[in-house]
Amino acid sequence: MFDRRLVECFDWGLLILTLLVSAVGLIVLYSAVTAGGVGETHVLFKKQVVWMGAGFAIMFASLLVHYKYLDKASVAIYCVCVLLLVMVLFFGKNVGGSRRWLALGPFTMQPSELMKVSLIIMISSVYSGIVTEQGLGFRDLVKPLFVLSLPFLLIVKQPDLGTALLLLFLVACLTLFVRVQKRVFLTCALLGAAAVPLVWFVLKDYQKARILTFLNPDRDPLGAGYHIIQSKIAIGSGMIFGKGFLHGTQNALAFLPEQHTDFILSVLAEEWGLAGCLFLLFLYFFLLLWGLNISYSCRNTFGSILAFGVTIMIFWQIFINVGMVMGLMPVVGVPLPLISYGGSSVITNMAGIGILMNISMRRFAST
Amino acid sequence: MKGCDRDWLKRRLMGGALFMLIAFAVLGARLFYLQVIQGEDFRRLSKNNCIRLKSVEASRGLIYDRNGVLLVDNRPSFDLSIVPKDAVPVDQTLEILSDFTQIPVVEMKARIDASKGLSKYTPILLEKGITRDQLAVVEAHSFDLPGVLVSVEPRRNYIFNKSSAHLLGYLGQINCDELETGKYPGVRGGDSIGRSGAEKVFEDHLRGQRGGRQVEVDASGRLVRVINTVDSVPGKNIFLTIDNKLQQIAENMLQDKAGAVVAMDPSNGDILVMASSPSFDQNDFIGGISSKKWKKLLADPDRPMSNKCIQGEYPPASTYKILTAIAGLEEGVVDLNTRHYCSGQYKFGNRIYRCWKRWGHGELDLLGAIEKSCDIYFYKVGEALGVDTLAQYANGCGLGKVTGIELEHERPGLIPTSVWKKRRYGVAWQPGETLSIAIGQGFDLVTPLQMAVFTAAIGNGGTLYRPRILKAIKTTDNEIIEIKKPEITGGLPAGKKTLDIVRKGLLDVVQGDRGTARGIRIKGVEIAGKTGTAQVFSLKKKDRDNDGQLDYRLRDHAWFVCYAPAENPMIALSILIEHGEHGSSTAAPVAGAIVRAYLEEKGIIETTKQAGEEDHV
Repeated sequence: MFDRRLVECFDWGLLILTLLVSAVGLIVLYSAVTAGGVGETHVLFKKQVVWMGAGFAIMFASLLVHYKYLDKASVAIYCVCVLLLVMVLFFGKNVGGSRRWLALGPFTMQPSELMKVSLIIMISSVYSGIVTEQGLGFRDLVKPLFVLSLPFLLIVKQPDLGTALLLLFLVACLTLFVRVQKRVFLTCALLGAAAVPLVWFVLKDYQKARILTFLNPDRDPLGAGYHIIQSKIAIGSGMIFGKGFLHGTQNALAFLPEQHTDFILSVLAEEWGLAGCLFLLFLYFFLLLWGLNISYSCRNTFGSILAFGVTIMIFWQIFINVGMVMGLMPVVGVPLPLISYGGSSVITNMAGIGILMNISMRRFAST
Repeated sequence: MKGCDRDWLKRRLMGGALFMLIAFAVLGARLFYLQVIQGEDFRRLSKNNCIRLKSVEASRGLIYDRNGVLLVDNRPSFDLSIVPKDAVPVDQTLEILSDFTQIPVVEMKARIDASKGLSKYTPILLEKGITRDQLAVVEAHSFDLPGVLVSVEPRRNYIFNKSSAHLLGYLGQINCDELETGKYPGVRGGDSIGRSGAEKVFEDHLRGQRGGRQVEVDASGRLVRVINTVDSVPGKNIFLTIDNKLQQIAENMLQDKAGAVVAMDPSNGDILVMASSPSFDQNDFIGGISSKKWKKLLADPDRPMSNKCIQGEYPPASTYKILTAIAGLEEGVVDLNTRHYCSGQYKFGNRIYRCWKRWGHGELDLLGAIEKSCDIYFYKVGEALGVDTLAQYANGCGLGKVTGIELEHERPGLIPTSVWKKRRYGVAWQPGETLSIAIGQGFDLVTPLQMAVFTAAIGNGGTLYRPRILKAIKTTDNEIIEIKKPEITGGLPAGKKTLDIVRKGLLDVVQGDRGTARGIRIKGVEIAGKTGTAQVFSLKKKDRDNDGQLDYRLRDHAWFVCYAPAENPMIALSILIEHGEHGSSTAAPVAGAIVRAYLEEKGIIETTKQAGEEDHV
């Protein structure tokens, strides 16, 4: 049965915000791939347009199904994603020493991206059943910990420390959101603090070196450290109003690594300056507030938690990526939502926004 | 399902919103700091793209012989490059540069055009290995030459030109496919990697890790300051088991000949000599060999590019009689007292099989047959054994299969069996063919290395060692990383009694009055060995020219294997001279010279006054 109110309640605001961010993304990506002087210039741009189209299609298609079915299907979705992660370890394409991509015919996908949304659905489903005013006890945390640890370990194995930590953050934020008892919180904090030296003790030398470089890129002046310096030069040289569309020199000379993926913000900052960056940050911030508002207006516990989860997922990706290109954060492979080139990332974030819309337009519908 | 409490939810979400607001404020503040407060500085830096990466080459590990004699090192080579973006205007700069260095502008332009698509800040190589004069003039006029760089790169240098070339190998530029395998971490396009020999096999040890510098340059590309440096890590040094002095002797004696010399330490498998002739010049391969030279090397009928020690497969000829004797003794078809009469020919079936000594050896026992290398005697032993029993023993002695030396492309040789012939030719084994096999002719093929390992095992009392060329790996600080332990691959299928008899026979070959190699005796030490003459193919009268001289390509191959001192061997040798006719005349003297030099070095025998002086007992 199709409810007319669904159409009336359609969330135009969210759609417009999403379109705006995507448009900014395409403009910046166009710069990034055009000036690079690489032979693959417009191919990537065209591909990204196709991905965006596919993302919107998936988003709209998902609106037809009530989000409560996600609650029911959460385990199945989760298992499929875990299976994909296992497959990556065996059949994945090795790029630069890590196996993150699965080749599906002409496309490659990163299961670790899809896992982000899948994990949020799974955790929301678990918490919506046990949430109380007093907060969660120790026993309540066993299941979410297990749910987190599987994909976490599989992704660390790839190795993709950035995404693994992002998953950890997401689960931590969701847990804090539904609230835990004070003693539980304190114990976890203490355990976490105690675990750090223990883990350090177990790690091999090269792993330690990798983590130290991760925390302090300057340790690797020829790799991550150099990228950060170049990225800072690109961002800083944009000054207030930028050098203008397609006038970025840093990017034009392929001085920047990953300029169309993880470091794409530096292209925006160089060509559009502080004004462009702040414009994007405002768009993002509105999008996040919108998401929190959807969480608030939802009359169903699962929906509320889920909407919050998707919002926090988008937030962390933004914060880590922007922090990284500005040298505030370790260099990790976290893409900028809807801006960075990458099919899996686009689809993941679009699916997340689709979930938000779904919850939003069903806010008055009876469950 | 009931929604949770509204106020509670509102409080949680407010917390979340506040957290996000703070986070965004931090990002905004950082942006403001980079783009407004430091914006001017970054704008200036980006103008010339001042911060650049300069790579620092790592020097490749050195290669020494067993006594620490340096065989391969690196020499500084000065390379001329240009950064197009800094060398404005490029054409004018090239003109000036051409005046100074005499390098044609056209050539340099071609190099620049070939690298289209690279960033304009990437240095492009104009000329590898410029002369000192060119270097001096470029350095002196560096201000007229913006964007022109001279970099010092280590280049491989093979000190003993053409010596040990097959063993040491050479370098070549890595290709795209190899880069994509991910087997060469830190290697970039244009880098050279080991292409053959030790350079290839020990690539991972020899290759260093490239370092680099973050530098700030001014508008014309000149260095302002070094911001950060990552030191390159030099490759590790390798000590081979080769004794360069012996190697030189072997190579000198092989001059103008095609052939192979392998010497091995019977007590551990150390390869002391591995010489293959003719050789090639490894220095030609540095920076890419010209196709003309390459074609010439490949077209040479004496196959200079093949390492005959491990890739040359030859009929073992009379040296194989050692094996036939072992098999016969172990199987009981012959003993110390078995006597056969040699009349110079032996009728088998409807064919006549001849001895090399046309009028025959007369009556012989086993020791006499080995000493005088009588064919007829061993026909009879082979006939009694059969081809498959012989093959079993040959395999047990390590023949017909690779020895497992570290080098690549080792050939297994061939030990025929009746099953093999059926499969290969579709016809049954003929009993007459066994006779040829018994004296090492016919289908039998072995490599000089296999024969060296086999001979060493006879000398040391029956232990087969895996031959090896790597003695130790050390860091540049002389810290030992790895010392290889001897590896036993098996034992000869022969009891002590059998070996004692065979060893006595081999001793008689050199020390006996009628021994075929009595010409190489050395004062103060006993040598045990065996000669061999391998037919290239059966001769017809008309192949000889008027002088009775045989066309070179039709002449027999000459073999000699030996170990010394006979009682407690310190060296085992296997020598093959292609078309050398007789083992006793061409191959044995090489062995004599090497044995003498080695045992003098070891202090077993007194040093002779003059090289080449003959000692006759």
